Amino acid sequence: MSEPQVLVIGAGPAGVRAAEALVAGGISPVVVDESPRSGGQIYRQPPDGFTRPGKALYGFEAGRAQRLHQTFASLQNHMDYRPETLVWNIRDGVAHTAQDGAHGEIPFDAIIIATGAHDRVAPFPGWTTPGVFTLGGTQVALKYQGCAIGRRVAFVGTGPLLTLVAWQYAKAGTEVAAVIDSATLGEELGALGTLAKDPTTLAKGLYYTASLRTRRVPLSHGAVPLEAEGDGRVEALRYRDGAGREQRVACDAIATGYGLTPETRLADIAGCRFAFHEPSRQWLPETDDDGRTAVARVYLAGDGMGIAGANAAEARGALASFAVLADLGRSVPMTRVAGHRRQLAAARRFAAALDGAFAYPADLAATMADDTILCRCEAIRAGKLRHAANDLGANELNRAKALTRVAMGRCQGRMCGAAAAEVLAAALHTPIDQVERLRGAAPAKPVPLSLGAKP
Amino acid sequence: MAGTPDGLFIRVAEIDRRTVAITVDGVALTALDGDTLATALLTHGRHLRQSEFGDGPLAGFCLMGACQDCWVNLGDGRRVRACTTLVADGMTIHTGNDL
Repeated sequence: MSEPQVLVIGAGPAGVRAAEALVAGGISPVVVDESPRSGGQIYRQPPDGFTRPGKALYGFEAGRAQRLHQTFASLQNHMDYRPETLVWNIRDGVAHTAQDGAHGEIPFDAIIIATGAHDRVAPFPGWTTPGVFTLGGTQVALKYQGCAIGRRVAFVGTGPLLTLVAWQYAKAGTEVAAVIDSATLGEELGALGTLAKDPTTLAKGLYYTASLRTRRVPLSHGAVPLEAEGDGRVEALRYRDGAGREQRVACDAIATGYGLTPETRLADIAGCRFAFHEPSRQWLPETDDDGRTAVARVYLAGDGMGIAGANAAEARGALASFAVLADLGRSVPMTRVAGHRRQLAAARRFAAALDGAFAYPADLAATMADDTILCRCEAIRAGKLRHAANDLGANELNRAKALTRVAMGRCQGRMCGAAAAEVLAAALHTPIDQVERLRGAAPAKPVPLSLGAKP
Repeated sequence: MAGTPDGLFIRVAEIDRRTVAITVDGVALTALDGDTLATALLTHGRHLRQSEFGDGPLAGFCLMGACQDCWVNLGDGRRVRACTTLVADGMTIHTGNDL
C-alpha cells in the first residue's frame, strides 16, 4: 500500500505545526504556501538579505517565531514544500494549484486547510485614498519591508493589533498622530476579568498602551472615523470622539482594521458547512474540537476556523494532524492531544473575551452614507446595495451581489463582506444572520486565464 | 531617511541593501533588492494605478495578497500583485497611469 498523501495548505503557525506532527507520525506531507517563506502573516520572514534580528521583527514573540521557523527548516527533507503556490480550487480529492503561471494538481487522501486570516474592514468616506492601509498591511510594510506607510500615521479601528502596530511604528521612529479605538474603555474593562486569565498577553497590551501614553500619543476610546481627507493622498483624518465631538488630526497615512476575519474561501469550496458565530458576527466553518469537518478527508486548522490567535493556531495545527493520523489508522500521542486541547480551550476563552472587548462597529458600517464606497474593487457605493434591498428584492447577500456586484470584484468580498452584511441587514430590518453568507467559488483568488493552457 | 519627498512609504530600516534598476512607466527608478513592487513604487510615488471605475488613484490596501487592489503589468506581459512580487534587475512595470 502506498503512503497516504496528506496536503497542508498554508505555512503559518498552524500549517507548520501540522506538518511537524505529520512528519512525526511517519507521513511526508505536501506543504503549499502562497508566500516565498514560511511563518504566515504573524511570523512572516523578510526577504533574503534583510538583517534585523527576530527581536526587532517579532518583539515579545521573537522566541515563538524563531522556534516555528526552525521547526519548519528541520522538516525540509521530510516534506514536499511548494512556496509561492496558490491553491485555487479543491474538487474530488484534488487540489488545483497555480505556481508562476503554471497549473498543477495535487491529489490527496487528507487535506489540512490552514489559510489564516486578514483584517476585518469597516469602510468610511475616503478609505480608498492612497495612504489608507489595513492594520495588518501597515505591520507587513514595517516587518517585511522596513518601511512605514507614512511620516505621520493615524491608527483607527479596534482590537489587539491597533495598539500593537501603533507601538511598533512609534518604536521605529514614525510619528503616531493618534490611536482611535471604537471600543469603549468600559467594554475593554468589562473583559478584563477573562483577559486576566492570560496575564502575559494582557500585560503586553497594557504595556503597548502605556508606552504610547508615555510618548504623548493621543488615545481615543469609543471613537469612530468620519472621513479620510485628501485628494490623491491622505492629509487628515476626521473622527468622532467618545464624547460625540468631531475631531480632526493631520496625518499623511491611516492604518485601519476592526479585528480579523478568517480566510474561509477554500473551506467553502471544499464543501464545508458553516454556522453563524454571534459574538464575532461572522460565519465560521463547522468542525469538531480537532478540526475535522463534515466533509471526508477535509480538516481545518488555525485562524481560518475562527479567530483564536497564533498560539491557538499552533495547537490547532497539531490537533488537525493528529486527527488525520487517527483517521488513517495511525497511532497518535494521546497525552499531547490532551495538552493541545487544553491550550486551545484556554485560547478560545481568551478570544471570546476579545470579541466582547473589541466588537466590530456594526452601527458604523450599517449607517454609512449612501455615497460612501463600500466595494473598493469596483467603486460601488452603499446606496446601491440599499437600493437593491429596498427596491429590487435582494433579501440576502448572494442575490444582492448578483444585482449590485458588491463582493463580486477581485477580492471576492474579503474587504467589503463584513460591512456589506451589516448594510444589507439594516436595510432589510433583519438580524444579520438572516442575510446569509457570501458563498465562495473557485478560483479562490484571481488566476490567469492562460493557467490551463497547454504549450 | 531614505525616500523621496513625493513617496508615500518611508524607509525606516534595512536600507543597506543592493540597489536594483527598474523602469516604471518608462521612467528609470532605483529600488532595493528585496523590495516588493509596492515598496519600490510607493517609496517614489503616491499610487500604484488608477481605478478602472473612475474613483481615482489607488495604492494598495491590505499589502498581504488579499484585497487584489495593487495589480500592475510587467513588461513580459504578466499581471502581478505589487505587494507580493519582488523587484528584479531590469524589470519593466506598467501601472496604466500613462494610458
